[in-house]
Amino acid sequence: MPPPARNCRASPRGATRPSGASPRAACAHLAALGARRLVVVDGHFDLALSDLDALEAGLSIGSLARALADGERNVLARVGAQTGADGDPAYALNTAFMRDGVVITLADGAIVERPIHLAFVHAASSPRAVFARSLITIGAGAKVMIVESHEGAPASDYQVNNATDFAVGARAEVAHLKLTGEAANALHVATQVATIGAQARYSSFTFNVGGALVRNQMFVRCAGEGSTVDLGGVSLLRQRQHADNTLVLDHAFGGCVSREMFKVVLADSSRGVFQGKIIVRPHAQKTDARMMSQALLLSPDAEADNKPELEIFADDVQCGHGATAGAIDADLKFYLMARGIPEAQAEALLIQAFAGEAVETIAHAGLREIVMDAVIAWLKAR
Amino acid sequence: MPAVQETVDQVRRVDVDQYKYGFETLIESDKAPRGLCEDTVRFISEKKNEPAWMLAWRLDAYSRWLTMREPDWARVEYPRIDYQNIYYYSAPKRNAGPKSLDEIDPEILRTYEKLGIPLREQEMLAGVVREDGSTPTRVAVDAVFDSVSVATTFKEELRKAGVIFMPMSEALREHPDLVRKYLGTVVPVSDNFFATLNSAVFSDGSFVYVPPGVRCPMELSTYFRINEKDTGQFERTLIIADKGSYVSYLEGCTAPMRDENQLHAAVVELIALDDAEIKYSTVQNWYPGDAEGRGGIYNFVTKRGDCRGRNSKISWTQVETGSAITWKYPSCILRGDNSRGEFYSIAISNGRQQVDSGTKMIHLGKNTTSRIISKGIAAGRSQNTYRGLVSAHRRAGGARNFTNCDSLLIGPNCGAHTVPYIEAKNASAVFEHEATTSKISEDTLFYCMQRGLSQEDAVALVVNGFVKDVLQQLPMEFAVEAQKLISISLEGSVG
Repeated sequence: MPPPARNCRASPRGATRPSGASPRAACAHLAALGARRLVVVDGHFDLALSDLDALEAGLSIGSLARALADGERNVLARVGAQTGADGDPAYALNTAFMRDGVVITLADGAIVERPIHLAFVHAASSPRAVFARSLITIGAGAKVMIVESHEGAPASDYQVNNATDFAVGARAEVAHLKLTGEAANALHVATQVATIGAQARYSSFTFNVGGALVRNQMFVRCAGEGSTVDLGGVSLLRQRQHADNTLVLDHAFGGCVSREMFKVVLADSSRGVFQGKIIVRPHAQKTDARMMSQALLLSPDAEADNKPELEIFADDVQCGHGATAGAIDADLKFYLMARGIPEAQAEALLIQAFAGEAVETIAHAGLREIVMDAVIAWLKAR
Repeated sequence: MPAVQETVDQVRRVDVDQYKYGFETLIESDKAPRGLCEDTVRFISEKKNEPAWMLAWRLDAYSRWLTMREPDWARVEYPRIDYQNIYYYSAPKRNAGPKSLDEIDPEILRTYEKLGIPLREQEMLAGVVREDGSTPTRVAVDAVFDSVSVATTFKEELRKAGVIFMPMSEALREHPDLVRKYLGTVVPVSDNFFATLNSAVFSDGSFVYVPPGVRCPMELSTYFRINEKDTGQFERTLIIADKGSYVSYLEGCTAPMRDENQLHAAVVELIALDDAEIKYSTVQNWYPGDAEGRGGIYNFVTKRGDCRGRNSKISWTQVETGSAITWKYPSCILRGDNSRGEFYSIAISNGRQQVDSGTKMIHLGKNTTSRIISKGIAAGRSQNTYRGLVSAHRRAGGARNFTNCDSLLIGPNCGAHTVPYIEAKNASAVFEHEATTSKISEDTLFYCMQRGLSQEDAVALVVNGFVKDVLQQLPMEFAVEAQKLISISLEGSVG
C-alpha cells in the first residue's frame, strides 16, 4: 500500500496540529487483533494490497467494479433496490458516480472471527472527489465484525462520498465500527444503509476526529421482528471542524429494541450537529427505542445543534429521547482539583469519562480499546 | 404500555363529536366583499376609522404578503386555501357603536351566555356570594364576535388602576402613540406568511397596557367567537407590561359547526419591560371538524413574547382541544438579563385533527432561564406534533433550559411526533431535554416516593405542580375543563 504523503505543509485552515488520534495507530491495533485488511485507494478496491488469503468458509470478497462489469444479478439488484436513503442527495450522488468498492458476502450460518478491516485511503496529491460504494450481505445466523477506517494525505484537499450498504439476515450478528480520520481539509460524507432481519443484532459505532467537514448519515431499518440495534458515536472536534451525525432509525416491525448514544466534545470554534429520528410505524407494537445525544462545549465559540426527533404511529411502545448541552461541570472539576489533580488533567479525565460512556457501548473489548486509545490520544494532543 | 382506561375516558369527553359550542347565532352582519385585494385592506381600515399611518402599515404588509409563500414545513396536510374565497371582515350590523351593554344585539349577548362568558358585570359588582361562601372571580372580558369587539367589561375599574384594556380598533384611536410604539416590534410585519396576512387585514383584538408598578387588579380575558360563514378571523392582540407591572390574560375561542373550513390567523405580541410579568393563558376550543375530518377551523397563529427588560417574565399556558389544524408556537425572546420564559401546554387531538405546536425559547440575555412542559395526547386518527426550538446565543452566558415533552397515543390509528431543535452557541448554557417521564427530576420523584406516593402519582404531582398554579387562575368556565384535562394520567407515555 502506498503510504499517503506525510509532508506537513501548513494547511490554509491552519489545522496543523497532529490529530493525535490517527487511524494509523488504530490500524496497528487492528492488525494485532488479526483483522483482515481490505484496502480501497481513492475509491478503488486494490486487490493487490488487500489480504484475500485463506478466506473463511462462507466468506466471499470481491470488487464492485468487477461485479458491475460482469452484471452480477445479486449486486445489480442491491444497487438498484429501494433503501431508506432514497431521496437523500448525498446518497443519490454516490449512486450516480460510484464505480467501485468492496462486495462482501457471508453465507448463512457462517461465523467469521477475524474482524474485516476496510481501509479507505486517500492518497491523491491533486484535489479530487472520491465515490465508493460497498455492499455487505450477511446471511441468516452469520456473525461478523467490520471496521471501516478513513484517512488521507495530511495536506491534501479532497472530498469523499462513501456509502456502505448492509443487508443483515435473520438472527445474524454484525458489529460495525467506523473510524473517521481524514486530512484536515477533507470533506467527508458517508452514508450507511442497513436493513436488519428478524432477531438479528446490529451494532454500529462512529468515531470522528478528522476532516474539516464530516457528515455521517445512517439509515437503519428494522425489517423483521425482534431485532436489536445499537448505534453510538463519539466526535472530538476542534478548531473549525464541523461534524454532523444524522440518523433515521425506522422501526418497521414490532418487538425491536434500539439504543442510540451520541456524544460530541467541542473545542475552539468547532460545531457539532446531531439529528436523530426514530420512526415507529403503525403495527410496530412493543417497540422499545431510546435515543440520547449529549454535547460538551469546551469553548465559548463552539456550537452544538441537536434535533432528536420521534415519529410514532403505534400506541403500545416505549420511546424516549434525551438531549443535553453544557460545559464541564465546575463542581466535578473542583472535586478533582481539590484532590491535587492539575486542572488540565482534571478536564481530560472528565472529558474521557464523558466520551467513555458512549465508547462503553462497544461490545468487543478489542474494538473498544482502539476507540478509547484514540480518545486519550486526542486529549493528549489537545 | 397502552393508555389507561381513565385517560381514554377523559380524552373521549373532548372528542370531536362532543363539541358543545357548535351552534350558530342568526344575526345580520356587515361584510366586506368576498376576496382580498388592496381595496379590502382599505375597506377594513376605513371601517375602523384608523389613522393614515395604520393604513400605510397595512398596505405595506399586503404588498409583502403578495410576495410570500405559504409555509409547508409543518406536519399538517390540508387542501390549498383559496384566499380569494374568504370574507375578511364581518361585523354584527348596528348603527353606531354600542354605548352600553343594553345596546348590544340581544342575540349576541345570548350567544356569550350560552358559552358561559359573563359579559354582565353588574352581578359581580353587587358582590354576590355563592352558596359555598366564595365570591365569584372577577374577570374583565373583551368579547370579539367575528371581526369586531362587541363589549369590554370593567373598563371603568381598570381605568382607575391606570390599566388600558380595550379593543385594538379603539386603542388605535385613543392611544395611537402607544400602539404605534409597540405594534409589530415583536412579530414584524413580514415575520411569516400568516402573520403578514394578519398585519394587512387584522380587524380587531385586544390591547392591554399596564403602567409601571401596577399589578392589574383582575384577570383580563378575551373571548373570540367566529360566527359568520366563510369568514376568516384575523385578530391582533398587543399586551405591554411596563416596568414592575403584572398582568394575567386569558383567551378562549369557539366557532359553529360547519362543513367548510374556516381560517383563523391571529397575531399576539407580548412585551414585558424591566421586572414585569405577563401570564398568558389560552383555552383553544375552535370547532375541530367532524369525525370524518369535514369542516373545522384552520388555526394558524403567531404568538410571541418579548422579555425586553431585566428580570422580566413571560409565561404561556395553553390547553388545546379544538381546531382541525393547529399551527402555533407561542415563543419567548429572552432579551433582558435574568429574564424567564415558560411554556406549559396540553394538546389533545381527536378525530382527524392535526396539531403541530410547540414553542421557541430564544436566549439572548445573560442568566436567562426557560422551562417547557408539553403534553401531547393523540386519539382517533389524529396527528399530534410537538415542535420546539431552544437556542442560546453567543452572549447568553448562563442560559438554562429544561424541557420535558411527553406524548401519549390512544388507539392504533393516530400518531405522536416530537421535533425539538436544541442549539447551544454558548459553552455556559445548560440545556436538558427529556422525553421520558421517569426523568423529570430524579430527586423530586425520589422525595415524593419516599413519602409513600407511587411513581405515577409522584410524576403527576410534579408535572401538575408546574401547570396547576397557572391553570387555577383561569376563569371558572375554563378551569373545570382544564383541571380535568391536566389530571389525565401520564401512564403509557411514549416519550
